Amino acid sequence: MTTVEKRLGAAANFVDERLGAAGWMKKSLNKVFPDHWTFMFGEICMYSFVILLLSGTFLTLWFDPSQRDVIYEGVYEPLKGIKMSAAYASTLDISFEVRGGLLMRQIHHWAANIFMAAIVAHLLRVFFTGAFRKPREFNWILGIVLLTLGLVEGLLGYSLPDDLLSGTGLRITSAIVQAIPVVGTYISFFLFGGAFPGVGFLPRIFTIHILLLPGLFLAVITIHVMLVWYQKHTQFPGPGRTEKNVVGHPILPVYMAKAGGFFFIVFGVTAFLSAVASINPIWLYGPYTPGQISAGSQPDWYMGWLDGLVRMAPPLETHAFGHTVSWNILIPALIVPGIVFTGMAFYPFIESWITGDKREHHLLDRPRNVPNRTALGVMSITFVLISLINGGNDIFATQFDLSINQIMWFSRISIFILPPIAFVVTKRLCLSLQRADRDLVLHGMETGRLVRMPSGEFAEVHEPISPQKRFILTSHEQAPALELPATDARGVRRPGALKNKLRIRLSKAHAVAVPKVSAQDLKEIEHH
Amino acid sequence: MSNEIETFQDPGEAVHAPRAADVDPRAEKRAEQQVAALFGLSALGSLLLIYSYIWIPTDIFIFIPVMGDQNAHQLFLGLGMAMSLFFLGMAAILWAKKLMSDTEVVNHRHEFRSSNEDREEFVKTVKDGVAGVQLGRRKLIKASLAASMGLFALPPVLLLRDLGPLPGKELEKTSWKAGTRLVTDPGNRPILASDLEVGSVVQTLPAVAEGTERLLSDIAKDPVLLIRLRPEEFNLTPEKLAMTHDGIIAFSKICSHMGCAVALYEQQTKHLLCPCHQSTFDVTRGAKVIFGPAARPLPQLDITVDTEGYLVARAPFDQAVGPSFWERNSQ
Repeated sequence: MTTVEKRLGAAANFVDERLGAAGWMKKSLNKVFPDHWTFMFGEICMYSFVILLLSGTFLTLWFDPSQRDVIYEGVYEPLKGIKMSAAYASTLDISFEVRGGLLMRQIHHWAANIFMAAIVAHLLRVFFTGAFRKPREFNWILGIVLLTLGLVEGLLGYSLPDDLLSGTGLRITSAIVQAIPVVGTYISFFLFGGAFPGVGFLPRIFTIHILLLPGLFLAVITIHVMLVWYQKHTQFPGPGRTEKNVVGHPILPVYMAKAGGFFFIVFGVTAFLSAVASINPIWLYGPYTPGQISAGSQPDWYMGWLDGLVRMAPPLETHAFGHTVSWNILIPALIVPGIVFTGMAFYPFIESWITGDKREHHLLDRPRNVPNRTALGVMSITFVLISLINGGNDIFATQFDLSINQIMWFSRISIFILPPIAFVVTKRLCLSLQRADRDLVLHGMETGRLVRMPSGEFAEVHEPISPQKRFILTSHEQAPALELPATDARGVRRPGALKNKLRIRLSKAHAVAVPKVSAQDLKEIEHH
Repeated sequence: MSNEIETFQDPGEAVHAPRAADVDPRAEKRAEQQVAALFGLSALGSLLLIYSYIWIPTDIFIFIPVMGDQNAHQLFLGLGMAMSLFFLGMAAILWAKKLMSDTEVVNHRHEFRSSNEDREEFVKTVKDGVAGVQLGRRKLIKASLAASMGLFALPPVLLLRDLGPLPGKELEKTSWKAGTRLVTDPGNRPILASDLEVGSVVQTLPAVAEGTERLLSDIAKDPVLLIRLRPEEFNLTPEKLAMTHDGIIAFSKICSHMGCAVALYEQQTKHLLCPCHQSTFDVTRGAKVIFGPAARPLPQLDITVDTEGYLVARAPFDQAVGPSFWERNSQ
């Protein structure tokens, strides 16, 4: 035994005698993680969260979350002698007088954008591959919780510097709160500590932004990751992969080296972007005052779709009995997002209700093999993209010399028309891809080699695909649609006829597929 | 059922092909050197960061094509940090990919459902525990528990009461009173009606006594836009026309949709546009909404001139300015 081994042994013995850790550590270190590039989205989320914690902690060392008036006396000439909040002044100081401060601000902001982008990419991956199915519904819901927390945390974060842009965002936030029937005005006054912009809002959201929400994040992320660990990661179908196993690299050393290395790469790329591409230059916006505004006021990208929905809302208010209800705010800012997020959270249960499938699933779906789900996903993306485009309609109008009214009308109409079209087109594309898979298995790969037949005819040589590839293309399950007879075995009508009808219809739509190749099919064709 | 058709057998994984570094000692050596070089680059990045922090002054700008003038301190600090992190990560991954074992390992999964015995025992434990509480028998305890829990929920809500004042009529009031002079913002100068040219726009606030500071919550409600048109350009009801003075019309600058400052005025079309959500108001028709999500016209301020010819409010706003709220009477 070398000295190093002896020392490590002693340390391990010390820990194990107190915690009995050797048993589960041994198992954990041999834990297997399957590999696929799309599995890295979740990792990016986690790493950018760590970057946010680190850079955020740095920023709190200098940031003063106070709405107290100060006269700016710092080094940035254009704002010298101007009255502003201490929050804005300290943000200027971090940007111009703390060495590395601007870099950290940029890293924090970039990491927030990347965090949200990675959450969305991760969510789409999980959705399109069916990774949310039993037994992973809890983790899907926790993911939706994290997405929602991320939206709020991001909004609070870019509101803190108290520049003209962020103040405008808060003005809109307060208007949304105020629009809530009955209690809205009260909630708004309590949140802001009086009429907008109030006196207490910044210190309050500061505590929420740096303590309450990060604490919640940490708790939920920990559960999220522990569940992945406990339930073991899903894997793509392939030779040697079944519902009963998980194939990949063990955590020690390969996965650890790759994941650890990837953390530094994500951090490095974030730092690079922060060094060369400056975002949110708050010194150009000036301090917030409610009487002013800058043209082209835009929220961060992940809030853009909500703003776009608000922009396209019809001018609808109800006035009755001395009260006002602003549908033009309630529908786009609260009701529609409420439906979207609730729908997302319940989707795993909705799908399993449609398919009647209550089994565990650990092998992922190829998106084309579940056309209905894939189409629903693309439909939702289309909806959000149109909203997002409309959220930037002023930018599009000025950049491309278009009429803002036309863009708005385009969005207002296409938000209803394009998503269903996207659904139909995607579903057909999926079925075409299934047909292509079928052809590939039956007829093999095109080689590009032409041969001349004795008859003088030219033909292209097809080569059979490998058994591994053939297995990937045919191992998925094609479950038939649910059958729910209207009457039971004794001829008595079953209750819930309407519900059953809907369920049968949805199930039928879900089961549409191009029949996959069976072993017989291939044998038959080979006999020709 | 689908499983009745004959499916293809799982052929098992393709034969594992060794990597160059597994079989060729020269390739192995090369991979090792590459990893070392990447670690070296990372170290260089850290040195660049340290150098930039200490020795590059913060006020030097250098020109870089595409990016324009860049602060050298900031740029090299960031690049150094990016290098030190990025190459560290690259080195670790290259090491894992080229030199560490690449044979895949298989773990087994187990169904998550607990065994029937466990589940039965669990149910029994819970039942026994609940029975031990005897809630069913102790009616008095049950009732008093419910009452105390219900009351207990109130204090946390009550304790938040002092977060802010009650709204009262706060949202319906502005600083405008009969006779308040309109003063320019910025500048705080009173405005002679005769000084306003046709087509001009001025942002104004109500005059305050010398030396008083405006509260931001007042600035959130008080701003008024003055616009002068030729009187014949108006298309107003007689009441609204009476609120103008000699072609000068005054509107609240706070958007009736979500409270942004309605700051964009198109002189050609005489439209006011809110940059937040593009609600568009037609000035000639009393700021009627002609496009966008706003549902109400901008409130109009009744103006006239005082004895010295300065513009003043004849009356306060006849309605609440800014975004709607539940208590607002919009009839």
